Amino acid sequence: MANLTMIQAITEALDQEMAKDEKVMIFGEDVGKNGGVFRATQGLFDKYGEDRVNDTPLAESGIGGMAFGLAMQGFRPIAEIQFFGFVFEVMDSIVGQMARTRYRMGGKVNLPVVVRSPFGGGVHTPEMHADNLEGLMAQSPGLKVVIPSNPYDAKGLLTSAIRDEDPVVFLEHMKLYRSFRDEVPEEQYTIPLGKAAIAREGKDVTIVTYGYMVREALKAAEQLEAENISAEVIDLRTVSPLDIETIINSVEKTGRAVMVQEAQRQAGVGATVISEISQRAILSLKAPIGFVAAPDTVYPFGTVENDWLPNAKDIIGKVKEAYNF
Amino acid sequence: MTISRKELSWMYETMYKSRYYEDEMEKTYTEGKTPVFNIGSGTVPGEMHLSTGQEPAAIGISVHLRKDDIVASPHRPHHHAIAKGVDLKRMTAEIFGKKTGLSKGKGGHMHLFDPAVHFSCSGIVGAGLPQAAGAALAAKKKNKDSVAVAYIGEGAANTGSFHESLNLASLWNLPYIVVVENNSYGISVPKSASTSVASNDLRASAYGDNVKGYYVKDNDPIAMYHASKEAVERARKGEGPSIIEIETYRFLGHFQGDAEGYRPEGEVEELREKDPIPLFRDLLMKDHSFKEDELVSLEEKAKGEVDEAYAFARESDYPDLEEALDNVFI
Repeated sequence: MANLTMIQAITEALDQEMAKDEKVMIFGEDVGKNGGVFRATQGLFDKYGEDRVNDTPLAESGIGGMAFGLAMQGFRPIAEIQFFGFVFEVMDSIVGQMARTRYRMGGKVNLPVVVRSPFGGGVHTPEMHADNLEGLMAQSPGLKVVIPSNPYDAKGLLTSAIRDEDPVVFLEHMKLYRSFRDEVPEEQYTIPLGKAAIAREGKDVTIVTYGYMVREALKAAEQLEAENISAEVIDLRTVSPLDIETIINSVEKTGRAVMVQEAQRQAGVGATVISEISQRAILSLKAPIGFVAAPDTVYPFGTVENDWLPNAKDIIGKVKEAYNF
Repeated sequence: MTISRKELSWMYETMYKSRYYEDEMEKTYTEGKTPVFNIGSGTVPGEMHLSTGQEPAAIGISVHLRKDDIVASPHRPHHHAIAKGVDLKRMTAEIFGKKTGLSKGKGGHMHLFDPAVHFSCSGIVGAGLPQAAGAALAAKKKNKDSVAVAYIGEGAANTGSFHESLNLASLWNLPYIVVVENNSYGISVPKSASTSVASNDLRASAYGDNVKGYYVKDNDPIAMYHASKEAVERARKGEGPSIIEIETYRFLGHFQGDAEGYRPEGEVEELREKDPIPLFRDLLMKDHSFKEDELVSLEEKAKGEVDEAYAFARESDYPDLEEALDNVFI
């Protein structure tokens, strides 16, 4: 076991899978000598050479299209989009082409592409860098959308994503990159995609969340425990396809649910989770489902960011509303 | 540089086959859509973009391509597919939406895929450009001498992906060829109103010394043969990408049902007088000692193959409803 930050766990996952499978290759902006703007690919250029770690020009749509072409020819490309807000430049390649190709070809070909990208608020990057756009991706059948919440999960989920036969969008919250360390096994391991984790067990209320908000939810659960409210925290890990079963089992047990997401409120992952709970477990509910999300505005400027982003205090408020209903 | 008799024979047969295929499709497409035109009804429902008149663009380069060379085609793909050797029966069934189709009827006419001959499509203008560049990079990484061809219309040469792909292809010196089929119109907008240069081969110089531009005028299959031969050889030898623009003719509308109000009167008639297929036929007889009966037998062979493909498509079943939920995980 090593004590790693999430960015180190990501680098290790990339390194070990590249060593194991020569079809795996990385390309994107500044991923080569520079090792990526967040250093996710640090050392890989020196180790594997420019044949497998390619610096590309500033050309997101070219990166996505080339990943498609390489995958069709048997490679397993990992494309880095420098900040996920830049994904708009490559939406056609990802959503219009990659996501649909297996279906469009009647299942004849798989496209094992991973699109890796940093995102997320709280580090004072401006909009287009911080935006939570996972809902856009999750609405696209044919894409798996994975968001780890800690270093251990990041390594196991990324290894699974690279080995997956279908396109996976792998989103890395910037605030998690270096904020804490985890025990991470040195050997390779996988965590299945599409399976949620119970980050903390509880009996009074289910908090469903993912990404950085798992940290805030755990913080909230700890404080609630002091007030004798026992919160279960579900870390979705994969936001598409959703692990509905784990969510419903938990809600049936606790009878209360609070959905927490960093993204704006409208039409995202949270709305889907709430809809599924309403349809499948309404008779188990003792209170309306709570929803903690960012306001439906453009991602704000730095000085108001901390007020705009959901936090443990907001979560505690919604949990208490449900508990005291 | 002479062209072998075998190549000429293949070119004529394939051009003829492609034309006969599109003529049949034009007729078939109207079945069930009269007297009121309804795009969603009939034997072949949905949009239809035919390549009638544009055959030289596909045939002139495909004569140099091998099975392991890669082709990315756009929304008007039939002539490219036929020239690349895509399974004609399964292609036709795909266009009909039948379960025996290349993609079980789930792709349709703008999404023809045949991995056996490395043929793929996308209906999005310009989408195939970086995909073919990626395939060219794959060929290079595998140390193979295969090449990747992206066909586009002249309209797609103004997309950002044209620039991104050619810059990358030049930078990494990829075996990459862009064939620009200049049929004068991006749907209704004439090239003169959309494109800042006289022809897109001129843009080659913007991407580096290793990129070469070729211009083929008058929809000429022989000139296309020669330009493509050089481009393919250059690509195989690792000498760099090429852009070939061919001045070609779209005899029909952008899609079947297009009222074509944007065309000057008499334009189609003038173009039809320069139909490349009878001109090529005459040339074969006059300059290459092909005999009438020899050409007729090539034509019969082509027709037989196409007729068989249409019969196969007609006789095939539609996919089961459950198929709509398969090949995707959510």
